[in-house]
Amino acid sequence: MAARHSSTYLAVTGGLLSLLVVLVVHAHYGEKAAGPALAGMARLVGSLELTDLCLFTEASYTRHLAMTDLTTPFQDSPFAFEHFPTGALVSPPEQIVRDHVQRH
Amino acid sequence: MSNVIERQRHIIDFTLSSLLRRKGKNSALLAVYTLIIFILASVLFFSHALRSEAGLVLRDTPEIIVQRTMTGRYQPIPLAYAGKIGDIRGVISVRPRLWGYYYDANFLANYTLVVPGENPPEPGTIDIGSGISKLREAYPGDTIGFTGFDGKPRDYVIRKVVSDESQLVSADLILISEADYRSLSGIPANQAIDLVLKVRNPKEYTTIAEKIRRLLPDTRPIIRNEILRTYDAVFSWRSGLVIVIFSAAALAFVIFAWDKATGLSAEERKEIGILKAIGWETSDILQMKFWEGLAVSLTAFLLGVILAYCHVFFASSFIFAPVLKGWSTLYPQFKLAPIINFGHVAAIFFLTVVPYTITTIIPSWRAATIDPDAVMR
Repeated sequence: MAARHSSTYLAVTGGLLSLLVVLVVHAHYGEKAAGPALAGMARLVGSLELTDLCLFTEASYTRHLAMTDLTTPFQDSPFAFEHFPTGALVSPPEQIVRDHVQRH
Repeated sequence: MSNVIERQRHIIDFTLSSLLRRKGKNSALLAVYTLIIFILASVLFFSHALRSEAGLVLRDTPEIIVQRTMTGRYQPIPLAYAGKIGDIRGVISVRPRLWGYYYDANFLANYTLVVPGENPPEPGTIDIGSGISKLREAYPGDTIGFTGFDGKPRDYVIRKVVSDESQLVSADLILISEADYRSLSGIPANQAIDLVLKVRNPKEYTTIAEKIRRLLPDTRPIIRNEILRTYDAVFSWRSGLVIVIFSAAALAFVIFAWDKATGLSAEERKEIGILKAIGWETSDILQMKFWEGLAVSLTAFLLGVILAYCHVFFASSFIFAPVLKGWSTLYPQFKLAPIINFGHVAAIFFLTVVPYTITTIIPSWRAATIDPDAVMR
């Protein structure tokens, strides 16, 4: 005799919910387990006086996002478009936006 | 109680049979719905984990950095500025920071040169990030050649490779001695790239930054909080591509909901009419539609969130990698710590499952309250 649709549905939903619970537990322990590695990176940042994450290496203003200026993304021409793809992923640092707004 | 459960199970049986009769349409709906939730959840998981890691990793970044700017661009800063800034009350120390970029034309990669304040390599030797090591297949004891500012080649022996675990901050680093850095870059001995300050009282960061601006108007002080806030804003929902993804997902969902809310197909209306004619109550039909909405949206939600979690935390966000890499050839292979904001998961649930279920019920309620004879005609 074939299983009822409701039994199949409840089993699948129950399975997915259980999997979600397992992932929540994984997140809890994973976050704790990552602690030493993150602390190691924090020490490296402190000793080398680093300012940024190495997320994008294609352009200086996305490699060192916190250190950038307002003109670098547009190179030497005031009408040039920013042309590195990762520039579309990040917004400019707050202090640059604030200084720019204050001046205009 | 068991009667109530059995009754609901019969309604679910009927609902699922009804959904399976339109297998193609409903499978496509479930797939697209899952995909939307998967993309939304992946972006939220990725950006939150990255922002959290940035906050933890960059907490010891320099307290204040002073750059010199000219016509809006940063320039090397004279070391004489350090003396003037050091005289400001509250400043404990001012140290010149030497760093910069090196473009490797052979591997089309950008490296970051840094002169460490503590334990720098001996002249003629360098430490390299694991990203560079993998890209160039270079290991301790090997020699790497760079072309200096004067066009002359210079060779360096690799002292060590920086730990693979810290790729998120060090993948592209080259740690070099001050003498080699100045010889390679041509930065004169009386200049640095910027200045790093230590301040007695963290509450004075802003005051000291303001004093530096007044004393040396061509400088730009950047305080630690601003660096941290930069990464708070990275991948925020308002920034760049993220808002495009959110807009596309929101639009797709509105189309779904609109399609559902504006009415039922003739076949569905006929089905409701027949059910009413054979004795189903309006409340039974609403329950059936509730289960229909829930079956589709809850399944899509669970599948989407689970797949997004696996994508971001087990598969290193491989779908985002081409976007994140851009044109760069050197890219850190980092695995994010599974730092989840459960508020985001709840927001996805309430913004997708709840409205979808409601929009499934409303048009059915309208059809179920009309005379069955009129609905079937």
